[in-house]
Amino acid sequence: MLQDRLRINLTDDDVDDRLFFEEAINDLKMNTELTTFCHGAELMEFLNANLANKPDLIFLDLNMPIMNGMECLQQIKSSPLLKDIVVAIYSTSSSEKDIEDTFIKGADIYLTKPSSFTELKNAIQRVLKMNWQYHTSSLNKENFLLRV
Amino acid sequence: MTLHLKYDLSQTYKSVIEFVLKNLSIDYYLVNLNEIRLKEALDLAQKVELQEQLSLFNISIVDDQKLSLVQRVKLLINFYLEHKEVQTKNVSDYLSEELDYSYAYLSSLFSEATYSSIESFIILRRVEMAKDLLLKTDKSLTEIAFDLNYSSVAHLSSQFKKTTGLTPSAFQRIIQKRNSINPN
Repeated sequence: MLQDRLRINLTDDDVDDRLFFEEAINDLKMNTELTTFCHGAELMEFLNANLANKPDLIFLDLNMPIMNGMECLQQIKSSPLLKDIVVAIYSTSSSEKDIEDTFIKGADIYLTKPSSFTELKNAIQRVLKMNWQYHTSSLNKENFLLRV
Repeated sequence: MTLHLKYDLSQTYKSVIEFVLKNLSIDYYLVNLNEIRLKEALDLAQKVELQEQLSLFNISIVDDQKLSLVQRVKLLINFYLEHKEVQTKNVSDYLSEELDYSYAYLSSLFSEATYSSIESFIILRRVEMAKDLLLKTDKSLTEIAFDLNYSSVAHLSSQFKKTTGLTPSAFQRIIQKRNSINPN
């Protein structure tokens, strides 16, 4: 029942953002395993090829070439095999409309990219802690919305 | 011929439990989807019988001793929050009396295992209960604050916002819109 390691995917076309994220998550000393992708199509290909070994949590940038985050989100949430994966939108946009739009389309978490490394670390930590509780405490996932 | 079925999993589960326990004439009270309180303790034969009946529905009884202490803390917190009559005690006394460990011990064990403190788990659970009431009843936020023993509606609002990043009304609006696009 309990998984003691959170498996996390990050999909972001910006190489610096990927590096910051990786460093931040490593600094947290939580038991996680991170796999990164450069665009949505790469992520979807990976998910569909590894259905038996799905991640617990996906961080998804919105603006990406080839396949953007919104398309990924819709594909994941409309797939019976993938829709249970928690999706966190990870974007520079902090427009209320974007946020609400992604929530309505099924995003579970919306994380606005912070401007400093410390803030990023704190934000990721908050997301992971909350996600951990939902994983291990049989809380109702359908009501899980988190805006950081 | 194809039939399309509509059901609510938690209702189905409740009906199964009711069916089995009534059949065995066991008086019970459903604490939550994972926990049942019995009015009277079962003897071994009854327990085996119950186990057998439940296993027909792929439900099994978890031996309490095997439940980790952390899991028991969580279940007790759920019980505490759902029953005003036990809330005359504060939660730390309640937990340490029920489990027979000092609160300091429980608290450090809990933080180690879950990455969060007992206090923040309680806040999260209460906000979850508020979410449920917001979505499933017509109660106003004021009524919900009263039901959940918040000192004021402002306290509930701010704890809700702090925990989820959303105001209660934004949360309600988003879930309603989401459900109207994807009805189950």
